[in-house]
Amino acid sequence: MSAAVPSRAGPDEGRASLAPYLLSLPAFLLFVGIVFIPIVMTVLLSFHDWGQYKGIEPVFILKNWREVWSDGYFHEMFARTFRIAVAVTLLSAALGAPEAYILNRMRSPWRGIFLLVILGPLLISVVARTLGWALLFGGNSGVVNKALMSLGVISGPIPFMFTETGVIVALTHVLMPYMVLSVWAALQRLDPQVENAAASLGASQLTILRRIVLPQVTPGVLSGAIIVFALAASAFATPAIIGGRRLKVASTLAYDEFLNTLNWPLGAAVATLLLIALIVIIVGSNRLVERRYGEKLR
Amino acid sequence: MPFLFLDRLTKHFGAHVAVDGLSLAVEQGEFVALLGPSGCGKTTTLQMIAGFAAPTSGAITLEGKDLLAVRPSQRGLGIVFQSYALFPHMTAAENVAFGLEMQGVGRDERLKRVTETLALVGLSAFAERYPRKMSGGQQQRVALARALVIRPRILLLDEPLSNLDAKLREEMQIELRQIQRTVGTTTILVTHDQAEAMALSDRIVVMNQGRVEQIGPPHETYERPATPFVASFLGKTNQLEAEISGDGGGAVLRGEGPGASWPVAPHFSGRVVLSVRPEKIGFGPAADGGLPGTVRTRIFQGNHWLYQIDTAGGVVTVIRQNSGESMPAEGEAVSLVWNAADMSVRAGGASA
Repeated sequence: MSAAVPSRAGPDEGRASLAPYLLSLPAFLLFVGIVFIPIVMTVLLSFHDWGQYKGIEPVFILKNWREVWSDGYFHEMFARTFRIAVAVTLLSAALGAPEAYILNRMRSPWRGIFLLVILGPLLISVVARTLGWALLFGGNSGVVNKALMSLGVISGPIPFMFTETGVIVALTHVLMPYMVLSVWAALQRLDPQVENAAASLGASQLTILRRIVLPQVTPGVLSGAIIVFALAASAFATPAIIGGRRLKVASTLAYDEFLNTLNWPLGAAVATLLLIALIVIIVGSNRLVERRYGEKLR
Repeated sequence: MPFLFLDRLTKHFGAHVAVDGLSLAVEQGEFVALLGPSGCGKTTTLQMIAGFAAPTSGAITLEGKDLLAVRPSQRGLGIVFQSYALFPHMTAAENVAFGLEMQGVGRDERLKRVTETLALVGLSAFAERYPRKMSGGQQQRVALARALVIRPRILLLDEPLSNLDAKLREEMQIELRQIQRTVGTTTILVTHDQAEAMALSDRIVVMNQGRVEQIGPPHETYERPATPFVASFLGKTNQLEAEISGDGGGAVLRGEGPGASWPVAPHFSGRVVLSVRPEKIGFGPAADGGLPGTVRTRIFQGNHWLYQIDTAGGVVTVIRQNSGESMPAEGEAVSLVWNAADMSVRAGGASA
């Protein structure tokens, strides 16, 4: 009796196990077509040769990689890219986590209104948003700089356009929603009675935040940080407009190599290196989060 | 002065009156249950004692001192929440130790008391487990230990057993009662489960729509419900409309056919409502002057039989112990008898 069961279940199981693969085949083909193949081609391109007059030669050399590896110019680009990404991530965690906590405690009409305010930057075109920042801070005639100068707080205008500060501020503004939503999701899984429970045991409001709420939303902060970091490090439009040609990051550098210098293989090497660095950092920190919090909070 | 005194406690939520002039005196060491349907104000009352809701008017005093002037974190009350509200990122032992840490109890003393309390609730082997890896019953015990370890002046239990399955709930009822007896902490239980309230408490406060319907020991409240609401909420009851007959002053069941009559107190007249508990009704010989009826349905429930009997006064529910004797079958004619002492009478018209 028991021996008959597996032999009868065999073909059924075979068909059942095939179905998920067949169902995901269209999406898989699309993924291969528009993500996987272009990436493979970009990686291959980075090993090709390029000359001012001869154009791209389909050979396999390490010239571009050697150049990226040894030239201080590229080191500076990548260092700046990750410096900006880290600063944006820290800023959005420092501002976004409390923002999510306050948002979570708001009552019905206000919560919706402020959620819209927070999501606002995502709904506005990057050009309009960046020009807005330029109007506020840019040059001597920026509203904020003018106000601060006439109040005597600062003697000269705070440089905003074409500076790292400017890029960091503008990127934090647009990437903050990802952090807020991620922390908010973690907060909503929190039992609302937990804070009352801690209070009844004699904990002050600050202790409740530090010992009870924060540890439980930390996975949310960390996953938000991963999203923000990845988007900040690979952001193109904001650094391109505010950073301009003077303050390049990895993505604008790759763009310039492709479209201005026309050195596609070198641009491909820069793009590939950015991709690899991001994957290593994201997978690594994800592992860390899972190992640290997997057992407790899942 | 009683240990805990709620004085005309009232809470409004906008136009809605959640708690309406509730007064209650609780003695030290007593186990009091606030019992009522959802929305009766029992949880709001508990939250006002805990300090999570501020009363609109009224006062709460604990050991003669105004409790409302004290912040929730300084009240020194142990609370077991319906959802348990354990700290998921801490082990059972860390959960229990949290309150002691907040009180500034030293490390050695803390360890000793946590170990003791976990032993009290039978969780010594689970000290290092995270709540998520524990069963509902175990989480419940951790919540209880966490509330008890701070040696609270009052233990507040908010529907503590409602998330457990029936069998476990019964076990926990017995255990909870034993633990409360052992530590002697004054306890207030909020529940909608009348069986739980009766099993655990010294006194029951039956609440309905923000008001107290009756306060009394479980047995007394069950046997002599003060209001129709208490009678129907605390266990099942049959309500029969009757009329006081002129001759002899007894109550005669209204309706067609031969009525049965029971002696009632002389001050009743006109229409009355008789309440009698299903388990107080017996089957008598058909000719013996009881309330005649026909068995509509008969349900076997293991330790007892549940009957629905069609009578002239309406459908009457009867519960009989399963003593192994043969019982009337469906469709059989029976006569229902009960002692006049087991019946309560109140004046009432057709609308009552």
